[in-house]
Amino acid sequence: MTTYLLRRLLFLVVTLFLAMAVLFVLLRLLPGDPANALLSLGATPQQIAAAQARVGADQPVLTQFGTWIGQLVRLDFGTSYISDLPVGPEIAARLVVTVPLTLIAFLLAVIVAVPVGFIAACRSRRWYGLALSALSQLGIAVPVFWIGVLLITAFALQLRVLPAGGFPRDDWADPLDAIRSLALPVITVAIVMSASITRYVRSAVLDVLGSDYLRTSRALGATFSSAMWHHGLRNASVPVISILGIELATTFLGAVVVENVFALPGLGSMLLKAIAQHDYPDIQGILFVSTFAVLVIGFLADLAQRLVDPRLRENVSGNLSDGGRRS
Amino acid sequence: MKRRIGVIAGIALTATLALAGCAAGGSSSSATGTNATIEIGSVYEPQNLDNTAGGGQGVTEALSGNVYEGLFKLTDDGKVENLLAKDYTASADGLTYTFTLQSGVKFHSGAKLTSEDVKFSIEKVLSDKSQSARKSSLAPIASVATPDDSTVVITLSGRSISLPYNLSYVSIYNHAAKNFTKNEDGTGPYELDQWKRGSSLSLKRFDGYWGTKAKNAEVVFNYFADATALNNALLTNAVDIVTSEQSPDALSQFTDNKDYTVTDGKSTTKLLLAFNDKVAPFNNVLVRKAVSSAIDNKKLLSSIWGKYGTLTGSMVPPTDPWYEDLTSVNPYDPSLAKQELAQAGLPNGFAFTLDTPNYDPHPAAAEFIKSELAKVGVTVTINTITADEWYSKVYKAHDFVATLQEHVNDRDVVFYANPDFYWGYDNPQVTQWIDEAEQATSTEEQTALLKKANEQIVADAASDWLYLYPQIVVASSKLSGYPVNGLNSQFYAYDIVKK
Repeated sequence: MTTYLLRRLLFLVVTLFLAMAVLFVLLRLLPGDPANALLSLGATPQQIAAAQARVGADQPVLTQFGTWIGQLVRLDFGTSYISDLPVGPEIAARLVVTVPLTLIAFLLAVIVAVPVGFIAACRSRRWYGLALSALSQLGIAVPVFWIGVLLITAFALQLRVLPAGGFPRDDWADPLDAIRSLALPVITVAIVMSASITRYVRSAVLDVLGSDYLRTSRALGATFSSAMWHHGLRNASVPVISILGIELATTFLGAVVVENVFALPGLGSMLLKAIAQHDYPDIQGILFVSTFAVLVIGFLADLAQRLVDPRLRENVSGNLSDGGRRS
Repeated sequence: MKRRIGVIAGIALTATLALAGCAAGGSSSSATGTNATIEIGSVYEPQNLDNTAGGGQGVTEALSGNVYEGLFKLTDDGKVENLLAKDYTASADGLTYTFTLQSGVKFHSGAKLTSEDVKFSIEKVLSDKSQSARKSSLAPIASVATPDDSTVVITLSGRSISLPYNLSYVSIYNHAAKNFTKNEDGTGPYELDQWKRGSSLSLKRFDGYWGTKAKNAEVVFNYFADATALNNALLTNAVDIVTSEQSPDALSQFTDNKDYTVTDGKSTTKLLLAFNDKVAPFNNVLVRKAVSSAIDNKKLLSSIWGKYGTLTGSMVPPTDPWYEDLTSVNPYDPSLAKQELAQAGLPNGFAFTLDTPNYDPHPAAAEFIKSELAKVGVTVTINTITADEWYSKVYKAHDFVATLQEHVNDRDVVFYANPDFYWGYDNPQVTQWIDEAEQATSTEEQTALLKKANEQIVADAASDWLYLYPQIVVASSKLSGYPVNGLNSQFYAYDIVKK
């Protein structure tokens, strides 16, 4: 187990380093000039040159990279080219909004989608099974901002029970106020996530329903529930866990549209603005954090799959417990 | 199964009601009068807090006049008034200006305002690192002297009649303060409370202010990336006022609603179809005039802004002292356009690429121009680019034939005096008149010369000035005392009263 963990940790560090190196180089190869965001109409050639010197594009790329890695190991993300604010504390301030939004929406989506997907699979020939399946198709097809706008119109503008957007200035000082601001965005994100998860759960359960071992178990006298519980669910959950990991990871930054519609100061909108302005320190800092989050989520999903499926576990010698050998 | 569903539904319903029950409705404070908090909604967030370090339009909106003050101020109707300069005199040759500062002025940190701070602030704008948009207009300043604590003497290398006007944009900083991009130490009626980047910037009343105290206790600028979200915030009373309405379609929600007041003021933002006057075919004045006459500016304006906005026919907005209505010089007349094209040797029209910024209203304007010009035989290829690309390709490299762009500043007809500006207009007579205007001995002389220059620029059809944006402020009907003209995006909040 320890070798496994150490191997995974090494993998995480190396992947992170490589990803950041690629990002660093790509950003500087792409056309566009960070200095442009500082200029105004009427800027003289001297001011243009001064802006370029300020963003430090004059040093060789390798030196810049070395400096940045040196800062990173001390968890110093540097300072924004445009706002002159330190990147780390600002990312932390945005995470206070994005992390609760993503996690709560994820939990809500899982609580709704897993049972719904299960029913849609088991009762796939009944009218309500078909209806649930059709509903999930609709959920994937409808654009997320439209759902957001619909919810705002209904609950904020007409019924006036929730705010139309924004996040309290003092963050979570008044938790109820913060939750009220997150309610509609969370539901919006959860609807889209659960539509997607429902489809995968349904597909995984359908696979299991048609499987040999389930039929054998029933033939040996087990009830449907017992067969499902002891054999079916564990098999169905392996692919579903992968999907859950991917959904969680993509929502982390992908909630930018929801953030704009609901005026939430989250990580996605910070990244979008930084990209438009070529604010390299901001972009690098945010992508470091999100790459790290994705790698950790991937690791946790992997761990969960091993817990669920003993065939995926390895013993010390590297032999799989079914007799195969993992290289 | 049915019982479990019932229980789950019951829990969900209770939770929803509990959430809704807690403080339903808007979140703005219920305090009124001098203890009120004014929530302002805007799309222009400052990039940082220093307008000499690329802070941008957002700094002018939130901080100019509110947190920082200059020697002079520009009022809402475009007049220059004394502010930190109690009085001033100019020498007969116009090269020496002596300013006497107001007495008893303190910075937010408690330090007293002295001439040293004024010298520091002017030199900050003129420094090598300065990204101030005003740097080139203050170029005539040769030196700043401080004979005593309340006197500042500015010596110019040449006459500059606009000096007081230009100085109204120079914020006076405390010379001992640091980190102007993140902190402030100004003399204004408000101090900075908190800047939450991406979200809001809040100012609180400064009780040690030297002049009339602000009429409200706190002002919060709330920033939105999306115009619809901004309007929703106004509809749900999360904000009390929107500084500049961006989408004309949304106005109908407010115009017939007695809870809101819609004001149509004068802005200084012009939408330009800018030709590259140095490059064929637009290096020929007849071609420029032809294209200008082929586009129905009135129809374009009404299709985007309905009954709002103004046609000026030139770069000069109505709040500039040298404004004249020049819409009749290159009127909308497609047959005239065809005639001029024939005279220019292009009877069958021609084709060109229009570099169009990808944000509103440029794409819509580009499509309109394309269809209008098709009617006179001119083919337009629309090339959509980002703001960043525009700066690199059009502004710096001058690699374009024609482009669309909005110009925000007032008094910017003087850009046409510079033959190296991106549009490449080069008329030595105009350059001479504009230079002479700056060296005029009286504002009347300056106005007369700039009017002449502007008339020539329009006669040369240097650009096509499509329309002047309206400045639409939408506010809760409980509010009064807010500025209605968006001169350079400044927004003085100190007179706003909430009933």
